[in-house]
Amino acid sequence: MTDIAVVGFAHAPHTPATDGTTNGVEMLVPCFQDLYAGLGITKSDIGFWCSGSSDYLAGRAFSFIAAIDAIGAVPPINESHVEMDAAWALYEAWVKLVTGEVDTALVYGFGKASAGRLDRTLGLQTDPYLVAPLGVADSNLAALQARLGLAAGRWTERDLAEVAARARRAALATPDAQIAEDVDAEELLTRPVVADPLREHDCPPITDGAAAIVLAAGDRARELCDRPAWITGIEHRIDSAHLTGRDWLAMPSLTTAAERALGGDPTLDAAYLHTPYSHQELLARAAIGLAEDVPVNPDGGPLTGNPMFSGGLERIGRAARRVFDGAERVLAHAGQGPLLQQNLVAVLEGSPR
Amino acid sequence: MNQPLTAPLDLFFDYQRSTGPTIGAFVTGLRDGRLLGARIGDGRVLVPPPEYDPATGVPIDDFVEVGPAGTVLSYSWQDEPQPEHPLDTPFAWALVQLDGADTPLLHVLQGDRDELEVGLRVVPRWADERAGRITDLVFVPERRLSSSKPSSDPEHPSSTSQPGSDPERPLSPSTPSSAEAEPVSLINTPIALSIEHSASAQESEYLRGLARGELIGARVGPGSPVYIPPRGASPTDGVPTEEFVQVADTGTVTTFCIVNVPFLGQQITPPYVSAYVLLDGADIAIQHLILECPADEVRMGMRVQAKWRPESEWGHTLRNIEYFRPTGEPDADYETYRHHL
Amino acid sequence: MSKQPAAVLGVGQTHYTSKRLDVSMSGLVREAIDKALADARVGWDEIDAVVIGKAPDLFEGAMMPELAMADAIGATGKPLLRVHTAGSVGGSTANVAASLVQAGVHARVLAVAWEKQSESNAMWALSIPVPFSMPVGAGAGGYFAPHVRSYIRKSGAPENIGAIVAAKDRRNGARNPLAHLKQPDITVESVQASQMLWDPIRFAETCPSSDGACAMVIGNEEAADRVEEGRRVAWIQATAMRTEPTTFSGRDHINPRAGRDAAAALWRAAGVDDPFTEIDCAEIYVPFSWFEPMWLENLGFAEEFTGWRMVAEGVTAPDGALPVNMSGGVLSSNPIGASGMIRFAEAALQVMGRAGGHQLDGVRRALGHAYGGGSQYFSMWVVGADRPS
Repeated sequence: MTDIAVVGFAHAPHTPATDGTTNGVEMLVPCFQDLYAGLGITKSDIGFWCSGSSDYLAGRAFSFIAAIDAIGAVPPINESHVEMDAAWALYEAWVKLVTGEVDTALVYGFGKASAGRLDRTLGLQTDPYLVAPLGVADSNLAALQARLGLAAGRWTERDLAEVAARARRAALATPDAQIAEDVDAEELLTRPVVADPLREHDCPPITDGAAAIVLAAGDRARELCDRPAWITGIEHRIDSAHLTGRDWLAMPSLTTAAERALGGDPTLDAAYLHTPYSHQELLARAAIGLAEDVPVNPDGGPLTGNPMFSGGLERIGRAARRVFDGAERVLAHAGQGPLLQQNLVAVLEGSPR
Repeated sequence: MNQPLTAPLDLFFDYQRSTGPTIGAFVTGLRDGRLLGARIGDGRVLVPPPEYDPATGVPIDDFVEVGPAGTVLSYSWQDEPQPEHPLDTPFAWALVQLDGADTPLLHVLQGDRDELEVGLRVVPRWADERAGRITDLVFVPERRLSSSKPSSDPEHPSSTSQPGSDPERPLSPSTPSSAEAEPVSLINTPIALSIEHSASAQESEYLRGLARGELIGARVGPGSPVYIPPRGASPTDGVPTEEFVQVADTGTVTTFCIVNVPFLGQQITPPYVSAYVLLDGADIAIQHLILECPADEVRMGMRVQAKWRPESEWGHTLRNIEYFRPTGEPDADYETYRHHL
Repeated sequence: MSKQPAAVLGVGQTHYTSKRLDVSMSGLVREAIDKALADARVGWDEIDAVVIGKAPDLFEGAMMPELAMADAIGATGKPLLRVHTAGSVGGSTANVAASLVQAGVHARVLAVAWEKQSESNAMWALSIPVPFSMPVGAGAGGYFAPHVRSYIRKSGAPENIGAIVAAKDRRNGARNPLAHLKQPDITVESVQASQMLWDPIRFAETCPSSDGACAMVIGNEEAADRVEEGRRVAWIQATAMRTEPTTFSGRDHINPRAGRDAAAALWRAAGVDDPFTEIDCAEIYVPFSWFEPMWLENLGFAEEFTGWRMVAEGVTAPDGALPVNMSGGVLSSNPIGASGMIRFAEAALQVMGRAGGHQLDGVRRALGHAYGGGSQYFSMWVVGADRPS
């Protein structure tokens, strides 16, 4: 299969509330400018565009349409959009590159989470007949899942605090982190519970954000980037729609996607996981089968900044940046849906296979 | 530039959901005070019954009555109930594994926070009037609670239709009427969304202009097209239009339609002329109403001027212009606006 | 690796009607899928991935409803993509599914598109008054009617052209057992006598609001070869998608460049020099009758401002040189998110010889077309009897 690589990545600052519009233009324009300048290209060099976003965040039908103003899509562009995290837009673009029809693609995602009640809005992803009418929020589901794990002895409250403390400390070295703190688990355990049994640091912050990635194929990637991050595996799967028929302490879709993307080689320099709640990092680690010594979310991860519909794409971007900087093999994960029902894994490497 | 303007955007709709046979069987059971699960291919009983087998996709119709009692597998306390919740007093979210089922049901549990524990035995408390909705019941601890009281909060008066509001209510469902009643096949699921809508910084300058009775457009730079409203990104260049330019409140109707059709949520009574008006000094048309002449006399090229509302009614909105009306000038030459069609 | 040939192996559609109150959303979609699998002669375990499309989630009041439908659509444990490109989404969904096969990623992909408009009210969802603006919006009809007026002015078309299209499509729909509206007795005169809704668009020139779903199985060369002897597939000879902004200064709203560019790319990729003579029939997304002549021009079947002449001369009628919308088109059935895929699927059915009552003789090559947003999203494909080289 054609060698495809991430050659550029940019993202908007993580912020609790931008004063921009819900169509993301203000967050996207600087991302695009960054990418063009960094790669020495213009919009006309892009062969295919693909984006990910959600009408429900904006409360309007077709909210993604206005985002293409950020591109300046005149003359018209070869473009598509998924109502998903933009990591899946990257997948669609990857497929397009593999067909050989185009040799570059720009993928972007955006979400102004602060415009509504995000926790509640995400609850509208559940079964619209028998679950959503209860008014259940995303954090309610996560809390129930966390207690299930506590009761099953899968983790302790201290384990969760350790995850959160590590994330907060890691974020100290990330210039754009929304939350960063030199703190230990001991201290975090003294803080109040917000979504019983979860404490604030176990839950993701509300983050407005946007991210963009440029993909290129073969020699075009080598032209554009000194050390492209080659996508040596990319797979995604979805779990059952029956929320309570699922095993809440397993992520079979992630396990399958990771197995296929890793191709039997577990060697990794780092893993960027799209796990918004602290216990989900532990679940995802186990589902992927990450070795103990693989660093997870060296940037702090979603617990320190959780942009919607661009967060998964950003995991891929950060993993790619790691490869640009010399890492050999890095895993990126994107998840979405109630309790991370749908999962994507990309493996990025310094040399194509 | 100043802070962008924001305004609430509230959406509400009563979605009417046809259930199909499987969800229909479950919600009919709820109306009749019974809890149904269904056996799937691997032998497990799932609640609610899945429409299709998660593993094989086969339609599911092997219904099994489960409960009514069950065991709490997990719970999470909700200190502050929200308007969308089934209860207006603090409650717990719970995963309840009903007797006879192999997997839990996600629901709400009314009880004392101190009594919550994994393994707690619970039973449904049914609403008197049931419509076949998931909120026709709540769960309560099997050992009857005596301490809980009906809500006395005047902001949230307890509703008699709420299943959990009266602790003295019998646990068994009121007279099941299943024998005569038709199966439930349609359920109402209201959905409300509140969004804080933001104008872009550039559009906000225009809105502030409107509040002063001025029409403010903007362009990327000299010689570039003037956009009204100004754009966060010029659609042809992807860069903001930030060189502000005042445009006239007179212009030309480029094209229009006459809306004769009434519809839900409509804010103007039909018939009305919805027209594209190319304001003098702008390079893109805005949409507005044309009045003060019969609808069938409105024509492409007609010269019009804004009819502003009284200044005391002005706000940050294009509604400050009540409508456009003919100026009586000769029509604009077709060539002056044909490239805006 | 170069692009792999891909073909439509099977098509399935629900019947279209204003309210399918007998099924859930999953049940509706599943009905089309079951028919598509049967038509393609494949089982669930032979499907590698699912691509699903629908119009805005506000229509059904569920955020990403496919998540709660994963079991019904056979996606559990498989890759699932949800495409959303406004009204063109049904076409884009098919194109994305095709690209998964063309890339060699999968052998068989299920493409499905749907809408259950009866859950809510599309006019409401499309006319939500956005703060600060003037609430002149009146649904899709209100949006497109001024541009139809512009077309009439620019082209000098006589005013009965829209009625000719509407009468033709509705009569075509009467030959399609799945169509929502079946009006065999409709005439140009009766269309012209119908109520003016969004002047210049009349009631009888307007698409209905439908519930329905459409599905296709798209497979690679090997999968196509394994379809039983004598059962035809429709080879995907080219696909194209283009997008431009909703508004910009100087934008041509009636002959948008995105559509022209998409068509040019499509014909080039399909090796078509003269679409009018080389395409045997077309399914074109015409939600309001006047869009037939507009899109004939935009697609390159007619010179600018002459599309209406083709309509007037009966060229697009069933016995004309380029029959358009033999299925009855969007004017006869409109489950919004599926409407684009129905165009793509009906084009494939004509090539496969399985269009039933509205089948044309000897179709070798057909066009499927969809557009959306403010005439700014375009997706299209050419399917044919010949395997692409």
